[in-house]
Amino acid sequence: MNGGNGIAIDVKGLTKSFGGREVVHDLSMQVKRGSIYGFLGPNGSGKTTTIRILCGLLTPDSGEGTCLGYDIRRDAEKIKRQVGYMTQRFSLYQDLSVRENLEFVARLYGLADARGAARDMVKRLGLSGREEQLAGELSGGWKQRLALGACTLPSPKLLLLDEPTAGVDPKARRDFWNEIHALAADGLTVLVSTHYMDEAERCHEIAYIAYGHLLAHGTVEEVIAKSALSTYTVTGEDLNELAAALTGKPGVDMVAPFGTSLHVSGRDVAALEASIAPWRERSGLHWQKSHPSLEDVFIELMSRSKDNFQ
Amino acid sequence: MSAVDHPAPAHEIRERFGFLRRSYAMLIKEFIQLRRDRVSFAMIVMLPVMQLMLFGYAINTTPHHLPSAVLLQEDSDLARSILKALENTAYFRFLYEVHDVEDFDNLLKSGKVLFGVEIPRGFERAVRRGDRPALLVAADATDPVAASSAIGSLGMVVQTALKHDLYIGDPPEMPFEIRAHARYNPAAASSLNIVPGLVGTILTMTMLIFTALSVTREVERGTMESLLSMPIKPVEVMFGKIIPYVLVGFVQAFLIISIGVGLFGVPVFGNLFLLALLSTLFITTNLSIGYTISTLVQNQLQAMQMSMMFFLPSILLSGFMFPFAGMPAWAQYVGEGLPLTHYLRIVRAIMLKGATMENLRYDALALAVLMLIAMTIAVTRFRRTLD
Repeated sequence: MNGGNGIAIDVKGLTKSFGGREVVHDLSMQVKRGSIYGFLGPNGSGKTTTIRILCGLLTPDSGEGTCLGYDIRRDAEKIKRQVGYMTQRFSLYQDLSVRENLEFVARLYGLADARGAARDMVKRLGLSGREEQLAGELSGGWKQRLALGACTLPSPKLLLLDEPTAGVDPKARRDFWNEIHALAADGLTVLVSTHYMDEAERCHEIAYIAYGHLLAHGTVEEVIAKSALSTYTVTGEDLNELAAALTGKPGVDMVAPFGTSLHVSGRDVAALEASIAPWRERSGLHWQKSHPSLEDVFIELMSRSKDNFQ
Repeated sequence: MSAVDHPAPAHEIRERFGFLRRSYAMLIKEFIQLRRDRVSFAMIVMLPVMQLMLFGYAINTTPHHLPSAVLLQEDSDLARSILKALENTAYFRFLYEVHDVEDFDNLLKSGKVLFGVEIPRGFERAVRRGDRPALLVAADATDPVAASSAIGSLGMVVQTALKHDLYIGDPPEMPFEIRAHARYNPAAASSLNIVPGLVGTILTMTMLIFTALSVTREVERGTMESLLSMPIKPVEVMFGKIIPYVLVGFVQAFLIISIGVGLFGVPVFGNLFLLALLSTLFITTNLSIGYTISTLVQNQLQAMQMSMMFFLPSILLSGFMFPFAGMPAWAQYVGEGLPLTHYLRIVRAIMLKGATMENLRYDALALAVLMLIAMTIAVTRFRRTLD
């Protein structure tokens, strides 16, 4: 295993089509060992497909690479032993109890003491006293926790989490992320897809994927910096009117309301400033040059990619 | 979560006997799910019992008190004696006595009677003369099964009954001929033949459906994605899914045979151990075929339909419903490819004829071959990815 180089996932040129539609296009990425790698992008952008390719559930049409040092095409079985994959949809057995589900996983991976391992995990998950409850009867947050517990039970080296916090309340989400950070601190590599910006900001590195194309990657700061986006935050009255007036003007790539303010962004600073000049001095409007948020960058990336690929 | 406070103790992973460990994991899981599924669990017991009661009593080829009519074209003592004798057999109950052919035909046509006996004009005189006249028996052809055994027993019964009324030579010889208008149906003997057949039929149906749904259920519930991402091989999934039901099938076979023996008085002349052994083989063959279906179809509805597609020919071409030897050659070839055909021979031979393994080698081998073919298809067809 070429684990010495500190790279957990190293893939190049992954392409996958379903029924003539290219879902993943020429995707290359590297994930460092022990890091939390966020996978972002709109629905149907190819996140799930990419994750499935990485854990051997799908074979890419073209492209190659390694996962934990194993070839993703040839060594799918070896990869499966060391990867915990948490599916988007709850995929434990609903008609099995918490304990039975965990024991099943423990036995499948050949843990010497399946019962003991399941018992420890129940304790660790804070599910003591509810071992015999059917998994299908747990609340959304607990199901998520149990699924993560089942994934980590065989002590994998890499976790692939597909939108693990979709539909989970903020408190449970926060707990979940604390757990992920704790796991990463122990040396586990985590690839997690999400829609939430606050979650993206808790990742060591992120990648933005839309319509099968990887559009940006790096740390949050790098992605924002690379976007070369200039953003103005406007507060005041009649913002809707202003938004309508600015949309489509030269240099204005994005106009997006954020609560009581409006974000106006563009990559060409000169053109952007020229376009907003007539409104800069308008009374009742307060303009401020600001750093674009990650969300600004993503919305801009998404609208740009929509023009290119759809 | 409190991972930071309680780091998970590392659990040792064993590489040895991985195949057995993983198959066992799957097997335990299937058992638990089966136990939770109350309806399926009830079916395991109720299905064979209900079917056996229903068919065992309903498919009763020893008819009693069949509604009958007699067309009397002469009113003689001999005719009266014959009717009396027929009625004494308890097979027939003469509801109508007519003297006109048209009335006779109408009774049969309307279904008011299933049976008609026609005593022609000059019958007695012809008998006395030794002309061997024909006693015509017309049976309702829509129910050939019921008719055939009554017809079959007709000759003997009449002969015995008439011994006192007629001078019958030695060796006894029928003074008249019985001409029946219905084909003799050898399959329609009695519950002695039906019950052993039912063992095979019921097992085919229940075993097939149990495993036919097993893979598609995992796909539809979304658990397949998780299962495929874990280090389990297609063969291990298959064994884990089949073995629990071998036990279920064994319980069913035991139930059916017990009821057959206890309630229907079916004897078991052969070796019970041999019967159990070959029944287990048959059960496993059916489970393998059901599992193969499961790997071929997309959803549970298709699985049910495909199971029916397999089940119908099994019933029709195996010799359960119609005598195997009476089928055209092509149907016999198809029949040889069905596990039920071989099992019917096995179970009937062991229970009724006391057959040994020596007699049943060919059918046992056929079952084993069919099982291996099904398993091979299943393992190669099992999709290891979601492609």
